[in-house]
Amino acid sequence: MEFFHDVNINWMGKTKYFVALSLILLTVGWISVWHHGGMTYGIDFRGGTLVYVRFSGTPPVERIRKGLADAGLKNSSIETISDSASVGSRNDVMIGLAETTNEDTLDAGKQKILDVLHKTFGTDASGRPDFNEISTSALAADLLQKDPLSLGVNAGDRYTQLASAITSARDSQHDGIVTNFDELNNVPGVTPAVTRTLQHDYALSNFAIRNAETVGPTVGAQLRSQAFWATIYALAGMLVYVAFRFEWVYGAAAVIAVFHDVLITLGFFSLFHYEISLTVIAALLTLVGYSMNDTIVIFDRVRENLRLMRRESFPEIINKSINQTLSRTILTSGLTFLTVLVLYLLGGEVLRAFSFAMVVGVVVGTYSSFGIAAPIVVAWDKFSGGKGVAVRAGSAAGKRVPAAARR
Amino acid sequence: MTSQLKWKFIFICAVVLLCFYGVLGLPTFPTSVKQVAQNVAKRITLGLDLKGGSHLVLQVEANKAIGQRCDEAVDDLSKQLQSKNVLSPTGEIRRVDDTHISVRNINADSYSTFQDIVNNQFGDWSVAPAAGAQNSYVLTMKPSAVSDLHTQVMSQALETITRRINGLGLTEPQIALTGPSGQNEILVQLPGEGDPTRAKSVIQAGGQLELRLLVDSQAYPSGPAVLAAHNGVLPPDTQILPGNPEGSSSPGQSQVYYLVTRAPIVTGQDLRGADPEPSSENPGQYEVEFHLSSAAAARFGPFTEENIGKQLAIVLDNKVYSAPVIQGRIDDQGQITGNFSQQSAQDLALVLKAGALPAPIRYLEEATVGPSLGADSIREGVRASVGSLIVVMVFLVIYYRLSGVNAVVALILNLVILVAFMAWSGSVLTLPGIAGVILTIGMGVDSNVLVFERIREELRNGKAPAPAVDIGFDRAFLTIIDTHVTTMVSCAFLFIFGTGPVRGFAVTLVIGLIANLFTSIYVSRAIFDYHLAHMERQAELSI
Repeated sequence: MEFFHDVNINWMGKTKYFVALSLILLTVGWISVWHHGGMTYGIDFRGGTLVYVRFSGTPPVERIRKGLADAGLKNSSIETISDSASVGSRNDVMIGLAETTNEDTLDAGKQKILDVLHKTFGTDASGRPDFNEISTSALAADLLQKDPLSLGVNAGDRYTQLASAITSARDSQHDGIVTNFDELNNVPGVTPAVTRTLQHDYALSNFAIRNAETVGPTVGAQLRSQAFWATIYALAGMLVYVAFRFEWVYGAAAVIAVFHDVLITLGFFSLFHYEISLTVIAALLTLVGYSMNDTIVIFDRVRENLRLMRRESFPEIINKSINQTLSRTILTSGLTFLTVLVLYLLGGEVLRAFSFAMVVGVVVGTYSSFGIAAPIVVAWDKFSGGKGVAVRAGSAAGKRVPAAARR
Repeated sequence: MTSQLKWKFIFICAVVLLCFYGVLGLPTFPTSVKQVAQNVAKRITLGLDLKGGSHLVLQVEANKAIGQRCDEAVDDLSKQLQSKNVLSPTGEIRRVDDTHISVRNINADSYSTFQDIVNNQFGDWSVAPAAGAQNSYVLTMKPSAVSDLHTQVMSQALETITRRINGLGLTEPQIALTGPSGQNEILVQLPGEGDPTRAKSVIQAGGQLELRLLVDSQAYPSGPAVLAAHNGVLPPDTQILPGNPEGSSSPGQSQVYYLVTRAPIVTGQDLRGADPEPSSENPGQYEVEFHLSSAAAARFGPFTEENIGKQLAIVLDNKVYSAPVIQGRIDDQGQITGNFSQQSAQDLALVLKAGALPAPIRYLEEATVGPSLGADSIREGVRASVGSLIVVMVFLVIYYRLSGVNAVVALILNLVILVAFMAWSGSVLTLPGIAGVILTIGMGVDSNVLVFERIREELRNGKAPAPAVDIGFDRAFLTIIDTHVTTMVSCAFLFIFGTGPVRGFAVTLVIGLIANLFTSIYVSRAIFDYHLAHMERQAELSI
């Protein structure tokens, strides 16, 4: 099977359309950024508290809001999550508390939110711990102490196994929330005596804490600048490597194209209300690598063709190189796009922002190789006299072993 | 098969076997699918984001320990200079900041004595004349001393926190230095722990136990009241400390003040052990019983004998918990009483046994991933990876036919090597790591597509299969090296300058890229060569 061969598109003749398209994408994205008063950062960059709660039914958002207001947490935010891929997460709520300026009150935020939840949804007046929050080790210790199976001494391992069976049933079969202890009856090793012990020792709430994060404002700022500089250094490193392997114009063109991709992706992030978090930075850096990869494949072909084609003009060589690699470009981009699309659709809420960055990045990164990077090299060539930007002599490409000698 | 090709296959088989060993392990050779899954799970370390648990970042305020060292030096120096009559009547010794002490107006003729004292007994300090003042000097803590103290504080803090966390009996806690150097950050990871509140309070507790002697038998309602009782001047070597009102002579107060001796008779370092015990006086309450080491007992026994009838102050973190009257000789044990529950008594005993923190700490970051979220993430991440892998492989086989099968073999081998390396090196698999795996698949596909497209191109130009394969691999090789090295360069920067999750991503991707160079160039080429060697002369390449 074969999709593309012998294509003959005059890419460089369409430069002005590419530039216009890029300008439109950049402007739209960054108007959105400007409109929202800057990029929206995730909790890890911004500082603050985020508690992620799953309810057993439809989340009672109004009651949570009222509870928070009553506790004096006015600068809190409540957001429900709708995730089509994961049924359980329909009942999830994210409760955020804006950044605290004081590091010392940092822990207080999370505790206050938890207190509000426990108070509003009246877990238990007698102060028994919530079964949906108990950890395996704590449960094992409790069972060992109560010994519902009457095992006597040396029961530690048995109860550790039982506790981990119980908690994993809670977490994987019941989505983290058990609303009735009888739901655990089918767990191997759970006898009526065990159920009675659980009933006696634990209360059941109708919610479970899925995730809680607290980040101090200084750490947030520190992480932000660290991520920023990591990106800049990574770009500089690639510029140097490409300049070393090709010519500095190629390095500069590739880096400008990649920078263009990052700016457009950030614009899309703002348009679609995604937050920039540490994981998203990883995605941005991946797309940097991906876009760079794509550009280098084309430049590699240009380098080869410059040696082979002595009569063609420089823009013609560039066109030819893009056309020759087009089949590979479409295939790889298509498959990568498919991969990240699957990730976006099935990867769950935690990977959502990451895979969004990749979905946008793969498209923009592929486009920028022929739409931005190649035209820059052509423009520089025209500006410097139209001789075809020479590629460093004696590069590894010239020292190829004759094919026949290899076998 | 040529002997060169034979060796290639032997080498490839060796790598594959080694990797399977890495993933599955030999000792418990798997006999069922379930056991395979268990073996893999045992060998791959999952990050907190995948298995659930708590993650704390805390900062040790090492400067406070340095400031304390400075205070001690000021006290010590004042004593020395006063006893040798070095200081003039208008003289003053004052702490300027954490590492500087100002000494003003010493007697003009005792400079050499002053210098002797500093040189002989304050080796960590250097002296320089103060600017613009006669007979005045500034002592500066030597940078080497500061950095030694700093290192000492950090390693001691790390040890103490490790001992305390280990005492909590959690599964596989991890405690390590983290963050940029000089920030004094410690990372505590508690896998499977859904509520870090108790761990946090145990880590943060000071745990500085001291036994001192009460100077005045009465408790005062406020600090100034103590001063007033002594006409504004405290007796030498005494100190005012706040305390629990319980059992004191002024009930109804929330806080009272005691006058105690400055030097402790016994400190936390003299402890041999500490245990929570049900209180004998208040049923339902708990107290902490502690035992002294034999060296401390040898001091404490005679001391209590001499001071029968006086009150002992049991001081924890500069607060008097109780002030029992010494009834008789006490050798090696005592109790800390207070309003303790079973758990708080347990925690205090734990903290006392683990030793005091050298400096206060504060929390910078805290994250808890519930175990159900972790389970979801694994399920979804694996589902997405497997799903996209199948889609990609099916496409490759349809598009490149037999050569596509070759690419699929290379891809699977790539993943096996990646997983084996992670298991072998003990790298932690995190969510961004799964993303790195998915991108490795992408790069693997790209390498194969590059090679195959090039081979097709050569075939179109009329080359025979063998030279076409040869040229295809040779030409694509350069491109593949360039793209891989560029990505590795950026991963290197990510690893050096990035933090936790970003690093996990970089590590996974680099391992994946190296494995990919091996599979998509070396292995794939060997399979092609084998196929070409066995193919009929006029047959077409299935690509």
